[in-house]
Amino acid sequence: MKLALFADIHSNLEALQACLVHARTQGAERFAFLGDLVGYGPDPVAVLELIQSYAAEGAVVVLGNHDAAALGNSTETINHHARAAIEWTRAQLSDRHVAFLSGLPLIVHEENMTFVHASAAAPDKWIYVSDPLRAAYSLEATPASYLLSGHVHEQMLYYTGAGGRPMSFVPTPGVAIPVARHRRWLVIAGSAGQPRDGNPAACYAMLDNAHATLTYHRVPYPHVVTADKIRAAGLPERLALRLEHGD
Amino acid sequence: MVTDMVALPNPGDVLDGFRIEERLYVGGMAVIYRVSSPTSESPLVMKIPRLGFGEPGTSVIGYETEEMVLRSVSGPHVPRLIARGDIERSPYLVMEYISGRRLSDWLDHGPVAAEEVARLGVALASAVHALHRQDVIHLDLTPGNVLFRPTGEAVLVDFGLARHGHYPDLMAEEFARPAGTAAYISPEQLFGVRCDPRSDVFAIGVILYELATGQLPYGSPRGAKALRRRLYRDPTPPRAIVSTIPEWLQEIILRCLEVDARARYSSAAQVAFDLSHPDQVNIGERGRRLRRDGSWKVFRRWWRAAGYEPAPCPEVSSQLSSAPIVLVAVAVEYTDELLAQAMRDAVRRTFASERDSRVVLATVISPVSIGRERTEEDSPANRRIRGRVQLRHWAQPLRLPPDRVFCHVLESSNPADALLEYARLNHVDQIIIGASYPGLPLFGAPGATADRVVSAAPCSVLVVRPMEKR
Repeated sequence: MKLALFADIHSNLEALQACLVHARTQGAERFAFLGDLVGYGPDPVAVLELIQSYAAEGAVVVLGNHDAAALGNSTETINHHARAAIEWTRAQLSDRHVAFLSGLPLIVHEENMTFVHASAAAPDKWIYVSDPLRAAYSLEATPASYLLSGHVHEQMLYYTGAGGRPMSFVPTPGVAIPVARHRRWLVIAGSAGQPRDGNPAACYAMLDNAHATLTYHRVPYPHVVTADKIRAAGLPERLALRLEHGD
Repeated sequence: MVTDMVALPNPGDVLDGFRIEERLYVGGMAVIYRVSSPTSESPLVMKIPRLGFGEPGTSVIGYETEEMVLRSVSGPHVPRLIARGDIERSPYLVMEYISGRRLSDWLDHGPVAAEEVARLGVALASAVHALHRQDVIHLDLTPGNVLFRPTGEAVLVDFGLARHGHYPDLMAEEFARPAGTAAYISPEQLFGVRCDPRSDVFAIGVILYELATGQLPYGSPRGAKALRRRLYRDPTPPRAIVSTIPEWLQEIILRCLEVDARARYSSAAQVAFDLSHPDQVNIGERGRRLRRDGSWKVFRRWWRAAGYEPAPCPEVSSQLSSAPIVLVAVAVEYTDELLAQAMRDAVRRTFASERDSRVVLATVISPVSIGRERTEEDSPANRRIRGRVQLRHWAQPLRLPPDRVFCHVLESSNPADALLEYARLNHVDQIIIGASYPGLPLFGAPGATADRVVSAAPCSVLVVRPMEKR
């Protein structure tokens, strides 16, 4: 069973569609959306409706900090551009969308997998798992072989050897990495809707649980279209430039 | 979880359909059996890691590493993986049995003749290059880990310490300490560096040294301090041990053994190239020296070794692409100046963008002179010399550093096939060849060669033609 993992979609419809098409051609049979469905981008309604349709067919969806902020919860973890976008987003959402977001869990455990937006150690604290120590804390909070998360926008794989101390590994897109089930793996899928590593192509990852392999992907999409929509919506120019430069 | 105690099977047992025959080898990390299977006619071996109480904790990581690497590589230079057991239930790897000799067999009878060392070295370096091309560094090359197929190709085995450039390194955390075999380990591996393909080039150098002299360049030291001696103490020059070793072979061996990885060959393919073409080796002081450095020089190196920093690691495949072997096919008999200029421009661009490239100029001459009197000046030897002179002359405007340009005159009545075979044997990464174009004297002749080379080349081909005059 191939499971496609999308994180930090941030209301970027073009990126999400491109990733979904790519994942389906790669044989994805299940889908997981790892939080931050909205925020920053120009298409919160279309993105939420698309994800809702996947959720109706059994996709895993967890809540991210931008989603929580759109619901009116604390916005202290996000910067002022993001806050402007969140206020704009809130105005776009109908009761139905708010109800969908409100019903999202912070963390989901399923077989040998755990799904969470940020750290499994404190899912509602929105901790950035950006180094091996924080990866260790997150991994300690679950017995799962595969801890699948986002929040940090760059693709990364944390793994443990026999010594138990996590180490970081920067994956090469398109390479199927063997991820043996008896080890522990923390997968940062990378941001689908707002990449920040200088490459504007959308990020996602695919876990093949049956063959115990993990493949990170980069998918190009018409980011100029999305950037123009950001400008047309009157959102901060910085958010449009970010998509164009991938930073 | 991995079983605490794995009972090793006995001859006659059947494990997942494989019948255990005899026990071939018992090592610290694994036991190897000959096995048979009703579904396989060729002989097989089964490698079972030693796990459990009293077994080294690293063997499970080594087993997993070997499994990951063998699953990802292919070709004649690695054993074919037939089956693998579930690591949580009964870990094992079933591989094809390689029936030929082991490289260590050659060490039983003292020093090996230079030509034989070169032949074995070409096979070894070609196998290592094939591995590097698949993004894998072996990191534990020893004469015991190199087998030969009956067809002559070298096969590398034992990937327990290997590193795949695109997979997480399970070994990394186990080994802040050096891992490898003391006699063959490179200086950078002593510092835990596990990402430099030139570490394998160092091990090739140790193996060549051992074959040629019957001795190990650094002995078999025990302990960190003794291991570190290779950072500052140069080995006895091979020619001081066996006086018949030619300078070119010593030059190659000692270049492989340079302490700084950047001073070694940039790729195993370059080692294979030099071993195949002794007459093209640039012999310097390294090749000629007959004694080790004096104590003052060694002391200075010892002092500097305290601050030794391993060279930065390249990505395995990117390291190879920045050290390409570029074959320039020059039809000395047909080339006109316009085409020659265009080709030299192409060579110049390639050379400027690739740090460690090697340019091999080759031309093909016919083995027999047709319709001409056999004269002394037209003898094969003289025509070879003339070809080489013409190649040097052709390349002269490029002003390339002499140690990175090689000239070869190939003899064949079929230029395309000769170039293709040369490219294959010498691990050429790119071929630059001239196209035919309207206005070229003898239009068509080189073009037909280019077409055939393009369609059958083992690598990229750049077909060059001058800009059309408008």
